[in-house]
Amino acid sequence: MTADLTRRDLLAAGGTAAASLPLAAHGQGMPGHAQGQAAQAPPRVWRFFNEAEARLVTAMVDRLIPADAEFTGAAGAGVPEYLDGQLAGAWGHGNRLYRLGPFQQGTPEQGYQLPFTPAELYRLALPAFAAWVRQGYGSGFEALPGALQDEALSRAETGEAGFEQVSSAVFFETLLANTVEGFLSDPMYGGNRDFVGWRMVGFPGPYAGYVDLLERHDLRFTRAPRGIAEAMQEHAAHHRAPTPQR
Amino acid sequence: MARRLPEVDVVLVGMGWTGALLAKELTDAGLRVVGLERGVPRQTVPDFQTPTMHDELRYAVRHGLMLDPATETLTFRNFTGQTALPIRQLGSFLPGAGLGGAGVHWNGQTWRFHASDFNLRTHTEQRYGRDIIQEGLTIQDWGLSYDELEPYYDRFEKICGIGGKAGNLRGVIQPGGDPFEAPRSSEYPLPPMPMPLGPTLFAQAAEQVGAHPFPLPSANLSRPYTNSYGCHLQPCNACGFCERFGCEHFAKSSPQVCVLPVLMGRENFELRTRSTVTRVNYDSTAKRATGVTYIDAMGQEVEQPAGIVALCAFSYHNVRLLLLSGIGQPYDPASGEGVVGKNYTYQTMAGVSVFLDGQKNINPYMGAGALGMAVNDWQGDVFDHSGLGFIGGAYLGGLQTGGRPIEYHPVPSDTPRWGGAWKQAVRQHYNSTLGISVHGSSMPHRYNYLDLDPTYRDGLGQPLLRMTFDFPANDRLMADYLTDRALEIGRAMGGRVEASRRTGHYSIVPYQTTHNTGGAIMGANPRESVVNRYLQHWDAHNLFVMGACVYPHNPGFNPTGTVGALALWAARAIREDYLADPRPLVQA
Ligand SMILES: Cc1cc2nc3c(=O)[nH]c(=O)nc-3n(C[C@H](O)[C@H](O)[C@H](O)COP(=O)(O)OP(=O)(O)OC[C@H]3O[C@@H](n4cnc5c(N)ncnc54)[C@H](O)[C@@H]3O)c2cc1C
Repeated sequence: MTADLTRRDLLAAGGTAAASLPLAAHGQGMPGHAQGQAAQAPPRVWRFFNEAEARLVTAMVDRLIPADAEFTGAAGAGVPEYLDGQLAGAWGHGNRLYRLGPFQQGTPEQGYQLPFTPAELYRLALPAFAAWVRQGYGSGFEALPGALQDEALSRAETGEAGFEQVSSAVFFETLLANTVEGFLSDPMYGGNRDFVGWRMVGFPGPYAGYVDLLERHDLRFTRAPRGIAEAMQEHAAHHRAPTPQR
Repeated sequence: MARRLPEVDVVLVGMGWTGALLAKELTDAGLRVVGLERGVPRQTVPDFQTPTMHDELRYAVRHGLMLDPATETLTFRNFTGQTALPIRQLGSFLPGAGLGGAGVHWNGQTWRFHASDFNLRTHTEQRYGRDIIQEGLTIQDWGLSYDELEPYYDRFEKICGIGGKAGNLRGVIQPGGDPFEAPRSSEYPLPPMPMPLGPTLFAQAAEQVGAHPFPLPSANLSRPYTNSYGCHLQPCNACGFCERFGCEHFAKSSPQVCVLPVLMGRENFELRTRSTVTRVNYDSTAKRATGVTYIDAMGQEVEQPAGIVALCAFSYHNVRLLLLSGIGQPYDPASGEGVVGKNYTYQTMAGVSVFLDGQKNINPYMGAGALGMAVNDWQGDVFDHSGLGFIGGAYLGGLQTGGRPIEYHPVPSDTPRWGGAWKQAVRQHYNSTLGISVHGSSMPHRYNYLDLDPTYRDGLGQPLLRMTFDFPANDRLMADYLTDRALEIGRAMGGRVEASRRTGHYSIVPYQTTHNTGGAIMGANPRESVVNRYLQHWDAHNLFVMGACVYPHNPGFNPTGTVGALALWAARAIREDYLADPRPLVQA
């Protein structure tokens, strides 16, 4: 598989999703969107976030992937719920992370070198971002107009937002990668609600065989997306339980 | 105190591709073989389940089938003046972690190397003179020729059921195949898979610029197949979940489907999983390995004496075990002395994107790991390098491996990284963008090497391996030249093209390939190599080292066709030559 070798090396904690994104034009103004356009998430119990963090992160991810006329944004897609589940689980707690010291700052090529698990990173960075925004913009992030929200996020992206303990750029990359994951992963993880991410790109879901269609070039394939749960139901209907080999 | 077990004939360290092949071949010879595997046992049924295996987040993004860095990782730096730091999370390469190794979650692109790869130094000097070899490049001959290895390539392809089209059958060029490949003794066991639009457009464009496209040799099965071991494989249905996933359809060649069904249950074979080998025990006076020490599933230290030890733990894991065991002289880049860790190489990747801007439906999710067309017109030494200032080359591939959307959502490089414009671009380009991969060679350099890290340790307290690597100037020039060729093809495909050039330092963050090569290289003499042409250690004649760590350089192909062929070649030498009279098979 080809790596996109011009992209910026990512330092995100545990994130590889944004690795397929191109190098950005930084600080570019995003088209403004009316506030409150995103669908309201149903009331729920957060497992990881406290209420203030949940409100903040919801507002942040909904600027990273905003709603448009056809497809809801990250908030409406359930990305905050996705993040909450991930951060409350094994990944959030540093599963598959080498965590022995000594810790020291490395080059971008050496990757993530902070002592924090993803959960620790979010816990440190969200209040730091909130405080930095309040200081610089005179209000909470959630209350800012979209254009200023985007500006604040861009400044976190470049590392210009000085948080005390963690680099805002590392946190931003992690949040961006996780937001893309939540928008495009199987709905069983809480995001990609109603298959919005998959409908948007035209991905029919992960489970199908296409060998008979390979030579039907330029085929318009419009099957509505199905997730793993739907595929499982269909599968159960067609198959007996397999016998283990070992 | 380690518990000491009764001696066995052979102990294999690791049960991925090479471990499984050796286990089969050596139990065939009647030897008592124990396979020690660090990870868990896993089989197609029940472990690679339908449809839950198709979980991109769990397996591709969170690396569900791969080695946990907390168990073992490496430290990394670009050059010797830096402090190497641990690779804390997987990125650039994705080693395996259980029965079947990376052979479970590979793509299946299964190549042979070119004849001139095996005598690279001699060939290069003869054709161009010494001056083309840049200062610091430590290229050398392999001590083995393509013609000698050919029968074993043939055997490995028939174990896997590779689908492809021969381009050179016993010296006669065949239409539709790769005219630049070295002569093959037989056609591929299976035909290629049907080609989707993307690879077809690539092939048409390649022909337009005068190149010679052919179907990439594939271990995704195009037909039902019974392999030469008697194992049954099923045809691939192009579900698009190969790389980073286990195949639940018995349709991707792997140790699980190609070897283990006939191996498991043999009386003279024992598999011990959750068994992590920590060192090879070595009698330096007798110059023999006496067995291995491992940590069993209960965390207890166990000593397994053996008549023959074979390292099958994946490329750089084998190098680390040699260093931890103190077998062979570690390489020192300052003096150029020593051999263990020398000539670590990788794969020099670049690429071109072709944006068709909604003009065509590509349907990228209709894919398979090795589904595509390729050209070798600028591979190895197929083309004249005079005046170019570099050696080596690449295949250019138009592949359709799957459109899993978290990791695959191509956008033009002037797209903002997030926000409404990003969202719009993702939507617009997902179904109408093609990629051309530049799969380039990697030449060894004096300062690219492996040794033990002075600071960082693994979960068991042993030193991590330290990797010092950056792309040498030779390979950057090569990649640029090849990317220009890919751009020509991309333009002929009729879209907007954009190159991803090989710029900047090597980074362990973005995934590139798991084609880690070199570090325990083969060669003609012990001054220049760790193992001889039979993969037998120069300093311990009953110790054999498998895997791509034996490559003196990495040609512009995926490694596993040659990994498999070399394992079969070494197995033959052990069975038919070594066993009757255990000794160094090549005099130093
Ligand atoms: C994502 C991906 C895609 C790939 N695609 C391709 C491709 O398309 N074409 C190609 O040619 N190659 C490809 N490869 C490479 C291919 O998988 C390897 O070349 C091949 O598996 C190597 O075989 P091996 O036996 O050397 O190692 P493996 O198959 O990895 O087996 C090594 C085994 O040793 C075990 N082990 C390690 N250390 C110890 C220890 N200390 N004690 C006990 N056991 C241990 C491991 O758990 C593992 O099971 C790909 C690899 C990856 C990860």
